[in-house]
Amino acid sequence: MSTVVLNRRSVLAGGGALILSFSLRDSFAQDQAAPAAAPPPGSLKGAPYLDSWIRIDADGGITVFTGKAEIGQGFKTACQQIAAEELEVPFASLKLVTADTARTANEGYTSGSNSMKDSGTAVQHAAAQVRALLLAEAARRLELPFENLKTENGAVIAPDGRRLGYGELVAGEMLHVQAQARSMLRDPAAYRIMGQSIPRVDIPAKVTGGPAYVQDMRLPGMLHARVVRPPGYGAELIECDTAAIEKMPGVTKVMRDGNFLAVVAAKEYQAVKAMWALSSAAKWRETAKLPKQDNLPDVLTKLPSRDETIFQNNNPAAASARTIEATYTRPYQAHGSIGPSCAVAQLRDDTVTVWTHTQGVYPDRAGIAEILRVPPARVRVIHVEGSGCYGHNGADDAAADAALIARALPGVPVRVQWMREQEHAWEPFGPAMVTKLKASLDNSGAISDWNFEVWSNTHSMRPGGAGSMLAAQHMAQPFALPAPRPIPLPEGGGDRNAIPIYKFPNAKVVHHFIPEMPLRISALRALGAYHNVFSIESFIDELATAAGADPVEFRLKHLDDRRGRDVIEKAAGEFGWRKGQKAPPDRGYGFGFARYKNLAAYCAVASEVEVNRQSGRPRLMRAVAAVDSGQVVNPDGLINQIEGAILQSMSWTLYESVAFDDKRITSIDWQTYPILRFDAVPERVDVHIINRPGQPFLGSGETGQGPAAASIANAIADATGKRLRDLPLTRKRIKDAIDA
Amino acid sequence: MMTLKVNGHDHQVDADPDTPLLYVLRDDLKLNAAKFGCGLGQCGSCTVIVDGKAVLSCVTPLVLLEGKKVTTLEGLGTIETPAPIQRAFIEEQAAQCGYCIAGIMMRAQALLQRNSKPTDAEIRAELELNLCRCGTHMRILRAVRRASQLMRTADASPSQRRTP
Repeated sequence: MSTVVLNRRSVLAGGGALILSFSLRDSFAQDQAAPAAAPPPGSLKGAPYLDSWIRIDADGGITVFTGKAEIGQGFKTACQQIAAEELEVPFASLKLVTADTARTANEGYTSGSNSMKDSGTAVQHAAAQVRALLLAEAARRLELPFENLKTENGAVIAPDGRRLGYGELVAGEMLHVQAQARSMLRDPAAYRIMGQSIPRVDIPAKVTGGPAYVQDMRLPGMLHARVVRPPGYGAELIECDTAAIEKMPGVTKVMRDGNFLAVVAAKEYQAVKAMWALSSAAKWRETAKLPKQDNLPDVLTKLPSRDETIFQNNNPAAASARTIEATYTRPYQAHGSIGPSCAVAQLRDDTVTVWTHTQGVYPDRAGIAEILRVPPARVRVIHVEGSGCYGHNGADDAAADAALIARALPGVPVRVQWMREQEHAWEPFGPAMVTKLKASLDNSGAISDWNFEVWSNTHSMRPGGAGSMLAAQHMAQPFALPAPRPIPLPEGGGDRNAIPIYKFPNAKVVHHFIPEMPLRISALRALGAYHNVFSIESFIDELATAAGADPVEFRLKHLDDRRGRDVIEKAAGEFGWRKGQKAPPDRGYGFGFARYKNLAAYCAVASEVEVNRQSGRPRLMRAVAAVDSGQVVNPDGLINQIEGAILQSMSWTLYESVAFDDKRITSIDWQTYPILRFDAVPERVDVHIINRPGQPFLGSGETGQGPAAASIANAIADATGKRLRDLPLTRKRIKDAIDA
Repeated sequence: MMTLKVNGHDHQVDADPDTPLLYVLRDDLKLNAAKFGCGLGQCGSCTVIVDGKAVLSCVTPLVLLEGKKVTTLEGLGTIETPAPIQRAFIEEQAAQCGYCIAGIMMRAQALLQRNSKPTDAEIRAELELNLCRCGTHMRILRAVRRASQLMRTADASPSQRRTP
């Protein structure tokens, strides 16, 4: 048997790719041209073997592997649709395995609206190439030309009705071949599964109490842990008598390692009570080192910065008639996951397994291995869903907490969940930002000169390095926080979407990167794009007003990008936007647009806002969005993402800022960090998709936040005649502006 | 030891009387739906129904529940035979991460049990206590309206009640 397998392996491992390239040459000729040495698309670049993505058992069972994770964005369903479409098998027949360092490719983080682009593309091409290999193998066995065969329901079918199941065709290492640059993709016009609003695979369990989250894991013999965090950044533990706590009911362990404190108990509420007792017993020395919250923009712009001109073009012929300038600010804002971070870990046979809702299992593994001072191979990190994260929240920290505690209790599974106050105080926030804009109009009312400066920290302090994780910072032998680095363009971090998509004769964009981080910060959904798009699109409206132009017409006047123009026209049309329109009393209309990262999805949002002039309270009444995310895989999933972007962005934009005094974060729950509640939910939100069949997937998780923010701000300005430039646009700020 | 009636069954629970119901449901009874969100009664993720009323299980100690009937999302229906409100949330695809959803569904269920045809304003007012962070609110409101319809239809034709 082994001889046969070895023979097959040697034939197919070497020959699979050859079969493909000879048999499919004609089909490829119709495909987009790719240079001979081009790398395979999407994440196939880093993990080129087809069987890293798709495996077929002898019984025909198909498993798809993705290194990305489901984080509530619907990726599992979309990924499964893509694989089923290109393999020509029923949607429900596939199994899907997501991010797990022992099983899936290293696809970095599930972030940046990149999952469809990276992993969706890889799975699409891997599936198409697997299908082609199966066809080629069937052609060989049946001694028929490749072109005469078709695939259907997990089998290759010959014209005479002979049928070879995928499971029969796959043998040995047939799929252990490297992906090629080009694939025989199915014709979008013939799609049966992609392009359909297939219901999300994860929702039924979530609405019936099935085990759906890492919070729901219950391993045999599992204990419950809680950590006690310092009261503020840099606080040092000076005294902690744990004797009484060790005697509390159910308590099996009290851990202290420098400033890292944890309790472990048999039952969860016993752990919570022990945590409170430990928290009372701990005496800390705090240092007053946080900046003044009410003076934050000044503080930020005065910190040392590394300044880079990231965009410049000059046309001296363009004449300026009048110039306006404005400064926009954004506070620190929280991810505010509804479920505090949680992880389960177990040390068994010299390997620590961590179940976590991290966005990056491989980077997390590296960080945890470093903390535990073991090789990465001794750590396995498995993604299990948690509460929505919207970026780098406490997930990785909780994973490190669990790993450290589990190491101290060999063999015992340990579940750690943070408390609400810990999540609010210790998550890495979305960085505060300042933008200064200055632009000129020429005599025709066109923008002749544009200057944009942005001050920001980095927008990612994710692990990788152990020092990114709280426990590693708090241990007696701490790991240093890695030096912050700006995220390079074209994606950018603080400068994400800082370069205007509009065409101006003169333009200059400067990124002031601030290394010093007064508050703990990292990636919050859309990174710098949220504030940069808010700034640009607010200022565009200020310029349109100065030019006496309609905001939508004014945008189109400066925009060449065809797909950008299409979403603007679609959103405006569906909203019923009219030049010279006037909203009813105390209401206003606003518009916002961006192409996320200037390279991903396009989104335009039109809003109608009502402002109560007595209280200042703003209310988004309705929003209409248009989105172009390339080829659409699941229309309802895309709409769900854009609806969510608009409502979450509205919450950030109207209500949210992290509060702190000179020692501590003081916004530590939902009373002190209020967010959107149901009374403020709009009457209507409509999302219109512009599908682009056959075009690359552009992602969607972060495309709507910037345009929604600007659209709301512009509608408030339209309703009140007052321009608000400091986020959040609170009731009080609006009231003060009206009264001024 | 005390007897706790959950989803129609009596359970002997060995927990301190001050233990919040949430921990008993999750830790002792191994039920998943009610979630820990804040432990402060601010977010609604832990909402269950006690004697017909929506209750925040994270701030309701066990000692107050003697002789009362507790219903969690698991008690309404199953993945194979979902209750009308569960069908409605699936049909409207009214979840993103879904962590808040069980609590929201239980509060909506309590509303629909006492008012089978609530207005949009009444639904919003009722859900005011519950937070959703993904911004799924529009779908949640649609799902509650759909659940109201489904429940009324189910009442009118009991033979169809079990149809998933």
